Amino acid sequence: MGRARKLFGTRVVAAASVAALTLVAGCSGGGDSDGKTEDGKTVITMGLFGVMGIKETGLLEKYMEENPDVVIKAEIAGDEQTYYTALQTRLAAGSGLKDIQGIEVGRAKELADTRADRFADLSGVPDTDHFLPWKQSQVTTGDGRVIGLGTDIGPMAVCYRKDMFEEAGLPADREEVAALWDGDWSKYVEVGKDFKKNFKGDAAYLDSASGLFNAMIYGSSEQFYDKSGKLIYQDNPAIKDAWELATGAARDGLTAKLRQFQPGWDPGLANSSFATTVCPAWMLAHISEKAGEANKGKWDVAKAPKGANWGGSFLGVMENSPVKEEAKKLVAWLTAPEQQEHIFKEIGNFPSSAKALESPAVTGAESEYFNNAPIGEVFGAAAQDIPDEQVLGPKDGTIKDTFSQGLQLVEQGKSPAEAWETTDERIRKAVD
Amino acid sequence: MATSTPASGLGGPQSGPAGPTKESPDDRKGARPRRPWSTLLHRFDIKAAPYAFVAPFFVVFGAFSLYPLLYTAWISLHDVELATMDIMEWEGFGNYSQLWQDDRFWNALANTFTIGVISTVPQLLMALGLAHLLNYKLKGSAFFRVAALTPYATSIGAAALVFTMLFERDFGMINWFLSLFGVDNVDWESSKWPAQFAISSIVIWRWTGYNALLYLAAMQAIPQERYEAAAIDGASRWQQFTKVTVPGIRSTIVFTIVLSTIGATQLFGEPLIFGQGPNGVSGGADNQYQTLGLLLYEEGWKNYEMGRAATVAWAMFLLLILAFVLQRVVKRVKSRTS
Repeated sequence: MGRARKLFGTRVVAAASVAALTLVAGCSGGGDSDGKTEDGKTVITMGLFGVMGIKETGLLEKYMEENPDVVIKAEIAGDEQTYYTALQTRLAAGSGLKDIQGIEVGRAKELADTRADRFADLSGVPDTDHFLPWKQSQVTTGDGRVIGLGTDIGPMAVCYRKDMFEEAGLPADREEVAALWDGDWSKYVEVGKDFKKNFKGDAAYLDSASGLFNAMIYGSSEQFYDKSGKLIYQDNPAIKDAWELATGAARDGLTAKLRQFQPGWDPGLANSSFATTVCPAWMLAHISEKAGEANKGKWDVAKAPKGANWGGSFLGVMENSPVKEEAKKLVAWLTAPEQQEHIFKEIGNFPSSAKALESPAVTGAESEYFNNAPIGEVFGAAAQDIPDEQVLGPKDGTIKDTFSQGLQLVEQGKSPAEAWETTDERIRKAVD
Repeated sequence: MATSTPASGLGGPQSGPAGPTKESPDDRKGARPRRPWSTLLHRFDIKAAPYAFVAPFFVVFGAFSLYPLLYTAWISLHDVELATMDIMEWEGFGNYSQLWQDDRFWNALANTFTIGVISTVPQLLMALGLAHLLNYKLKGSAFFRVAALTPYATSIGAAALVFTMLFERDFGMINWFLSLFGVDNVDWESSKWPAQFAISSIVIWRWTGYNALLYLAAMQAIPQERYEAAAIDGASRWQQFTKVTVPGIRSTIVFTIVLSTIGATQLFGEPLIFGQGPNGVSGGADNQYQTLGLLLYEEGWKNYEMGRAATVAWAMFLLLILAFVLQRVVKRVKSRTS
């Protein structure tokens, strides 16, 4: 009996240890597929985030129909931050990666600098010379490797409330509105002062100071870093100007003190808390959804003082993928002008392909919600206006968020000098 | 017992003739070599089996608690970025001395403490009162007990999200309610005390019922005779509560205090969701409600500095140990003086 108990005990221990070991092994083991299904089809896996429009608009089904020997499995993470954290750990571990991985522009530089060897070089892929010149330069490493192909971009315009402009005695026609601030963001703020003086309701002129700040800095080719990778935000005149103008607007009470995409902003859209917001092309879908049917036709889109780009993504192929060549082919197809046009028509993500930008389907596009604004023309012009070189830095995203918080401090009543000091100190701690 | 094994025949019979007085020591001597095999197995069984039975827990504990704990300590001595976890640069205690000099750490520590106090103290007092009420004979007492526990059963995410909407500046329900009394819109998120108060209210709402049920269970274990005796001595209701009930559930109160203190030190989900987006990670634009948990998260998953994040994690661990040691010392000093 004692023996039986002992044996039982040993078995339990053994079983438990095995179970625990398998658990541990399960964590570290690579989940990479061997690239084939049982019936010999090629399997390509994709890791995407947010609404990139690739799966949502049925492009993957279309590709599989045209290529019956290919099966595509796409996994989409809702939140880019979560997605990128997972991607980083997988890159470090060298396992669990998909064949194709999406890259957000804010991460492009960091990946190109630190992980270029994990990505296949796409510079030689045929028919990929149709992109805007600055788009591909963002994912090109120093030695000429291209780690991704561009999907969309975010040229910016100003979305404004036609009805509120009329009430404030300002011109409401989009051509005339654009002329009010043509070429200079400080004119945009001047219009805001007029608006505040003459508008009777309690809506603010713009939603947040950081929206204005971002629009201004993204219109210059260097923001926080220079080409050699040195931090220059402290002396960069583009940053200084944007900071001064944005904090000035905040001090003058022109902002609704909201945070874009955070609680308060959506109800602000629905309840008309502000009259303008600087909007990249991809924001229109969000505005029309959140502002709702009740505000249809009240919104309009005017050209921004200067062209600028906010956001956009890329698709990269992993160097170790067993189906690297097939994946390259798929990425080239997904980012081809025809497919970019298709995504633009379906959900409004703006093409990064210069060729797609010229097509009548894009140039002639109008938005019914925004008072039939010719969005293809407005954003297309903004896209041409974006500086040909866009210098990125490894911590762009973090620095941008820190500046947004610095501007919030000013909106909450801190002096711009004090807020600048806090921001500067925080950035130095974050990047060192 | 000896007969059950074949080896028993070896010594016994030969030692037999040596006389009755010597028989037993001889027998013992002769039996000694075979004893290990038979009884050692048995003794090993008795001694080792309990360990074998608890081993699964410790295997899991080792893999998922001890190893991460030690690995975190190892990481905290290095400069490591999340993107390049394989490249570790030795820093020694550099991260620790940097943390010691960092305003953000002291700010986060102070916030953790203040939010901890304003959420734990009212929470436990309210739980005590609630348990006392639930201890009366009530109609539908089962309903009230379940109702008290429901907040505990909701996820932090859902609760914090709903509270965030309630505390929203322009269109939140709480500001609407306050406006009925002529109070201007409070910007809960951006000012320090309102934000900390709002976060505490989430914690209080979630945990009061749970603690109340713990107290209730302890209260029901107090013998009725004590109350009767107290009543005969002329103790009022309030005196019965303070002199009989509270001492009777003392150990449970200590237990809940320990649990809530640990919970308060690790406060993370509520402020993260309350802040939403970048402000959640940094605990407000001015770090006005950044807790130690959030500072860890900011270092690790916003700045991607794993070494510094691991340092914060260890600082939190050491703080808990420090609190524990202090509590022991105070207890010992107290018992010596009394």
